[in-house]
Order: sequence, then structure tokens, then C-alpha cells
Amino acid sequence: MVNLGFSIGDLHFKNPVLTASGTFGYGAEFDDFLDVSKLGGIVLKGSTIEPREGNPYPRMVETPSGMLNPVGLQNKGIDFFEKSIYPRVINYDTNVVMNINGSYIEDYIALAERINSFEKIRAIELNISCPNVKMGGMAFGTNLGSAREVTREVRSVYSKKLIVKLSPNVTNIADFARVVEEEGADSVSLINTLLGMSVDIENMKPFLSTITGGLSGPAIKPVALRMVWQVANAVKIPVIGMGGIVSASDALEFLLAGAAAIQVGTASFIDPLASIKILEGIEDYLVKKGISDIKDIVGHINRTT
Amino acid sequence: MAKRIEDLKVIGNKRLNDDFFILELLGNTKIPDFKPGQFAQVKVEGSPDTFLRRPISIHDVDYENNTIKLLIQITGKGTKALSGLGNGDSLNLIYPLGNSFSLPAADEKVLLVGGGCGIAPLLFLGNYLKSNGCIPDVLLGFRNGARIIEFEEYLKIGKVFVTTEDGSMGEKGYVTGHSIFAENHYTRICCCGPETMMRALATYSKNKNIVCEVSLENLMACGIGACLCCVVDTIKGNLCTCIDGPIFNVNDLKW
Repeated sequence: MVNLGFSIGDLHFKNPVLTASGTFGYGAEFDDFLDVSKLGGIVLKGSTIEPREGNPYPRMVETPSGMLNPVGLQNKGIDFFEKSIYPRVINYDTNVVMNINGSYIEDYIALAERINSFEKIRAIELNISCPNVKMGGMAFGTNLGSAREVTREVRSVYSKKLIVKLSPNVTNIADFARVVEEEGADSVSLINTLLGMSVDIENMKPFLSTITGGLSGPAIKPVALRMVWQVANAVKIPVIGMGGIVSASDALEFLLAGAAAIQVGTASFIDPLASIKILEGIEDYLVKKGISDIKDIVGHINRTT
Repeated sequence: MAKRIEDLKVIGNKRLNDDFFILELLGNTKIPDFKPGQFAQVKVEGSPDTFLRRPISIHDVDYENNTIKLLIQITGKGTKALSGLGNGDSLNLIYPLGNSFSLPAADEKVLLVGGGCGIAPLLFLGNYLKSNGCIPDVLLGFRNGARIIEFEEYLKIGKVFVTTEDGSMGEKGYVTGHSIFAENHYTRICCCGPETMMRALATYSKNKNIVCEVSLENLMACGIGACLCCVVDTIKGNLCTCIDGPIFNVNDLKW
């Protein structure tokens, strides 16, 4: 029997495979395909205080080994969530993490306070890295002062586990990880999407309504892995790695580089079973290697090289 | 009907012309029940350029032989790769996806209108309606006579009318100009084709107070309502073409 669990403080996750925000809806979209409760956790589609329609269509374009999206945090707002989604998602026997967003610091604070009262939500992922909104989002995550301030303010009103989702669109991501750790973050997750664009030469205009969008998929994996490795060596809090993971071997690279857990994102669009297959693959790998606890491989390359 | 992900076996790949082909697929297990207008997300193997699945509508279903047909137009690298599949190859599908055309009342006079690749879902729809006691008329629009595909299949449903842009077959012009509109009082139009065609029919239907449903072909990533990429702007806000559609009543669209 292999121990696959990991913890953020006193919050235990039964295994290190979570699903990334914005790629797994609210779980129900995948109920036909897999038992969501088998996962280590699910990070829900990003929430805001107010309902948002997101950006205009077209808001997706396929790119080599990946895709660009500027969805722009479309969601029905926290009131709708509490009434119609919360009662359903808490039936999953796994950690349900809410991803929170805002245009102003006050939005983040109000949302965190509100979610603090949701008994079954034991962690939030503070999204300061969405590249697809005009105000807020990535603006908080690409400026050290703002990242510090929003983390501090949310920390002061939120008593459960605070995960801060970092932007890769910075010069030194480790600086951001250190700053949010200093302000009391319990964990960091990275990377959010890389800002990119694509031009339709036939129609001689950008493919996306917003011109730019967030790049995800295997195309970004080497960059994500490098950043996870840098951050894991810069902070003591658990690091949750993501970015282009489509297979167990991808996930294992992140774990060996220092991630305590991983999130599966875009892969779920192509294979709804990706997260479960990755979990099974990690377990198989550990069994084959004769390793009884996943903790023994987390950051392994940093101890031997 | 629960969505499934499974491998089907290619048992036919019929080339219709330079652009179009029909894949016939055999279920390894009993195929699900389909509703007309639904689609599958088809996996394209083997190239970084075909990372995402391709949404393809269900062209025809044969429950007796446990097969489905996909009518596919080669528009890019993904569909090009699919055109090269041969008998015995395996194809991974997520299906059945999306809503469906709504069923007409018993006394309705229904017209199915398709243009180009948009004719694909109308064969299954037509057969479905016929087996439920409603024989629709079918109006197909093509660029020219040489581009016409699957004509005989649609003849098995009911009366088939054609327009071509150059007049080489049927009436000359676009579907909306066809004389059947003057000669008949349709109560319902089901349409799939280029957006300009569907918009023209939407305008016509609204003016005549006719029910009109269209099948949209927005770009999709997941096909199951998770990514929110394929949205269409409706009177109810942004809705996903994949789960709230692909079939929409034109009164709900901001056309």
C-alpha cells in the first residue's frame, strides 16, 4: 500500500492530483466519466462577487500542443454559487477548493470573508494571475507590492487554508512566492497561463476577440516545470505544480522537481479521464520503484543534484 | 443519456469529393441512443497541431448494425488526418453531446435547410422525424451541381429541393430565395449551414412567426461545458454551444 497523501498545514489531501480551476467546471461536468471523489481535490471554476459574462466569442484558439483562451472569468457570482452550486459540490468526498478573483482588493476581501463562512470549503486559491480580465487579475500577481497587499488583506479575513496562484508572466516568480509566503499564504500554486496570441493570416486579424489570451497545454510544460522547481527551492510552504500536465510522467516530473501536489488542467478537455489516469500512473510508478510514501519523491532532484 | 468516452472501429471511409468524406464507425459496445442534432468530440491522434478534439455532428445512426456515420468536411489539419483513416482503425469519441432539435407537433409542416457541411445533422434529423410520423421537406444549398453530396440519402426522407449559386442544379441562388417558401406554409424550419444562411433564415422566420432552430458550429475545446470557450451571446447571456446548444431557437439569439 502506497501513501499518496499530502497536507497543507492540517488540511489533508488523500492524493496529490487536483483539477485546475477553469478546466473542470464544478465537477458535475465530469460525473459521467469518473468518480470525482477519488481525486485529491478539485479547484472550482473562478468565482467573483458579481456575475460575469466573460469576454466575447471567439475566446479560444488551438495552438501547437496547446490552446489560448481569454474566457475572462465567466461565472454567475457568489450568490448563485452559494444557493445553487455549493449544496451540490460538498457532496464530493474530497477537498473542494474555491478559486477567487476580483477587480479591486476589496472584492477579494469580501469574497474571502463570504467563503470563510462556507463550512465545507476548507481552502481558497487566491487567483492573482488571470491574464484575461481588464482590471485586477494578473495585475495583482505581476507586481510584488500588490501581491503582498492582496495576500495580507485576504489572510486577515480568511482563517482556513490560503493557496495563492502565481502568474508566470513575471521576471522572477520565486520573488512572488516568497512575498506571499511572508504574508501568510499556506501554499502556492503555479503556473497560471502564459500570455500569448495568435493571428489569423487568412482574415488578417487576431484569432481572439481580446487579441491576447492565456496559453495552456503541453506547450508550456517545460516553462512551468522550471518555475515550480525555482519556487520549491525558494519557499517552505507546499507548492502545487501545474502547466501542461497530461500524463503521469509529466506529473512525476513536477513532483520530483519539488511540487507536493499537481493540478491537471487542459488535459481534461481532451481526455475527461486524464486526472484519474494520472493518479493511477503515479501510484503504479511508486509501486514499481518500491517507494511506499510519495513524500519520498517530492523534491528528490533537489537533494541529489 | 450519459456521456461516454470510447473507441469505435472504422468500417468505412467513403470519399464524396475533394472536401467531403463519410466515416462509418462500429461500436465496440452497444452505441448510445442519440437525439437529432447531437455531436461527438473526435480525437485526432498523432500531431501537436491537432491537440484538441474535433466536434463532428452525427450524420446517421443505425442501431440495428450498431453503427454511426460522420459526414466530415476537410477544413484543416484535424479533419485532413481523419480523412486518412482506414477500415479497422480505431477512433476515440466522446458522445453523445449537446441538446437536440425539438420535436414538432403532429400537424406541423417542417422544412429542413442545410448548406455545405451543415447538411450533416439533417439526415439523422430527417430520418428521426420520419420514423416519428412527420415527413419534412428538405432544402439543400450548394455552390454548384458538382458539389452536391448525399442527395439520394435525403430523397429517402421526403421531397428534396436544391439551390446552387450558379444554377447548375435546382434553382439558382441561395436557399432563402427558393420558390418553395412562396408555395408552402411551413410552421417550423430546422437549419444548419453557414452563419449568413442561418441568419437569413432567422430573419425570414421571425417575420413570418415560424419556429426556427439552428445548429451552431462555434469553436470548442472540451465539448462538455467545462471550458466555457464556445459561448454564444444570447438573450440569456453567454451560453455554451456544447451543452446549451448546439441547437438554438433563433428567438434566443441576438441575431
